[in-house]
Amino acid sequence: MIGILIFILLFGGGSAFFLFNAGKVRRNILLGRDIDRKDRPAERFKVMTLVALGQKKMFAKPIPAILHLFLYAAFVITQIELIEIVVDGTLGDHRIFRPSLGGFYTFMISFIEILSVLAFIGTVAFLARRNLLKVPRLVKSELNGWPKLDANFILLAEITLICFIFMMNGADEVLYSKGLSHAQNLGDNSLGFSISSHLGPLLFGGMSEHALHTIERIGWWGHLIMVLGFLNYLPYSKHFHVLLAFPNVFYSNLNPLGQFTNLESVTNEVKAMMDPSFTPPPANPDQPMRFGAKEVTDLSWKQLLDAYSCTECGRCTAACPANITGKLLSPRKIMMSTRDRLEEVGKNIDANGTFKDDGKALLGSYITPEELWACTSCNACTEACPINIDPLSIITDMRRFIVMEESAAPAELNGMFANIENNGAPWQFPQADRLNWKNE
Amino acid sequence: MSEALNVPTMADYVAKGEVPEILFWVGCLGSFDDRAKKVTKAIVKILNYANVKFAVLGTEESCNGDPAKRAGNEFLFQMQAMGNIAVMNGYNVKKIVTGCPHCFNTLKNEYPSLGGNYEVVHHTQLLQDLLNSGRIKIEGGSFKGKKITFHDPCYLGRGNGVYEAPREVMVNLDAELAEMKRSKANGLCCGAGGAQMFKEAEKGNKEINIERTEEALALNPDVIAVGCPFCNTMMTDGVKHFNKEKTVKVLDVAELIAQANDL
Repeated sequence: MIGILIFILLFGGGSAFFLFNAGKVRRNILLGRDIDRKDRPAERFKVMTLVALGQKKMFAKPIPAILHLFLYAAFVITQIELIEIVVDGTLGDHRIFRPSLGGFYTFMISFIEILSVLAFIGTVAFLARRNLLKVPRLVKSELNGWPKLDANFILLAEITLICFIFMMNGADEVLYSKGLSHAQNLGDNSLGFSISSHLGPLLFGGMSEHALHTIERIGWWGHLIMVLGFLNYLPYSKHFHVLLAFPNVFYSNLNPLGQFTNLESVTNEVKAMMDPSFTPPPANPDQPMRFGAKEVTDLSWKQLLDAYSCTECGRCTAACPANITGKLLSPRKIMMSTRDRLEEVGKNIDANGTFKDDGKALLGSYITPEELWACTSCNACTEACPINIDPLSIITDMRRFIVMEESAAPAELNGMFANIENNGAPWQFPQADRLNWKNE
Repeated sequence: MSEALNVPTMADYVAKGEVPEILFWVGCLGSFDDRAKKVTKAIVKILNYANVKFAVLGTEESCNGDPAKRAGNEFLFQMQAMGNIAVMNGYNVKKIVTGCPHCFNTLKNEYPSLGGNYEVVHHTQLLQDLLNSGRIKIEGGSFKGKKITFHDPCYLGRGNGVYEAPREVMVNLDAELAEMKRSKANGLCCGAGGAQMFKEAEKGNKEINIERTEEALALNPDVIAVGCPFCNTMMTDGVKHFNKEKTVKVLDVAELIAQANDL
């Protein structure tokens, strides 16, 4: 009875705290400007099926793709076992579904166990890639400190969780074969799961009944606590990715990568200038009139969703020509900075009710002009991202702010602008000479 | 030299009361840059050879606005776009071929919402059409057996998903087409996009065009083929940096086709 009470408190409290924090993340994302990404739903479902569910872009790098697939499949399928843990925990039962599901139950748990072993292999390989092999994109300077710790912490938690699963099933197997398990005896002498029916006797075969029950309970409670802990860790971690990857891909930019947005506010100004009879539509009072982005709140909710969805894998940065040639720009760092600043703005709102000026901004305090001006707008980053994150759009919006609000473009670019304005070409050639090549 | 180029303008067509098949958007480099002007002429030679009824805007053409837009000057971009759209809509333009992937991308993707709706193709796509429809033929020619590697322009490839048109055109050359490790969707930028062409690179340990040229030269090609005047400049500079300009040519796909046919 006490067990049931503790379970309900733990599970209820853990879920509630997660929902509380997830709500804050949602609030933060919705601080962004509005953008229509609900059009073309059929196309969006297709992209989500291919890119998120099907992991299509991951397979550009087959080795990490397969390792990641192990973890991804195990993560999704293991949730089924969690259903039983919740029901057992609430009712004080043990393996409640086994008698009624029979062979299917054995199949499901066996499948979960095989995926758990594969996930174990994947996790160990990922730890090795980060800490021993030091894959370049996983040890870049923007990961120093917390991001590196965060990544390793999650991998270790993953391993711990898998260990708990095998403690639980392995010890229960030995108990069951001795007729001592709390699971209903179906007249057989093994639970019959693919891995634990072998691993259990091997690890725990000679142990006392008391020790076996203890190990089984540690596994069971440990599993639950790890899952709740993981869930509540997510909002503080890059691993929020596991929840946001799907919606993030659903709301992808479906236009050609080369197509940049045309700012409507600018269109209205230009039209009014070229055609005196044009009356611009009234400005939206909710959105401050500012060209481009200086602060996270100048970005769209999709750009902010991108920031929370990024798991810092660094494929963007590894493909970035500026980064490859030693420039300061790293598209991954653009996403990390955006999230860091958004978190800070969110905490500011939590503390003050509304945002109180803290003398900082995304531009300047987190992202420097030097990074922004190193971009060639080549789209290697957006192409490389397995979940269609778009760092280039943030870079462009911040350039827009620097140029149109601050007039602080590099001098050479101001020269280029002046040439286009005066003679219709980025160099000082008169428009009247545009066809001279014909006779040269 | 071959006979004089036939380069009618849209105004010429209007004067004759005729309508061209297609507008050839020459672009700023194509109009003013000495190296790119040769590519422009190669495109014109092919269009003349294939009897394509085309026209240019001539002195009525103005920068499409790409460098301004990528640099963040949306205001200037839209001014340029609306000016150009007014001119082209005045001529009732329906189809455009560009000699540059930046013009191609902007006209195709960014003009429609500002009122400019045209069918826009890159010159390698037009070449592919002309070859497929038999309007031009390539008879073996000077590139037979030569090794060619194609450098994908970002705004043609990743930007608009056009990877095959330039390659299918070059297949007709009977040359060996060698791919760099970073090609197609994984192609490495030449370093000129995003208005970088017009400024010094930010501080780093290498120039992007050197990194890219190194990769191309590792294949020991006879020709580095390009489809963009910006890439052409960057790769030509890169080849010079390695003192290879005597043995490795940087040529636009249009030049390859024109030279193969002795145009």
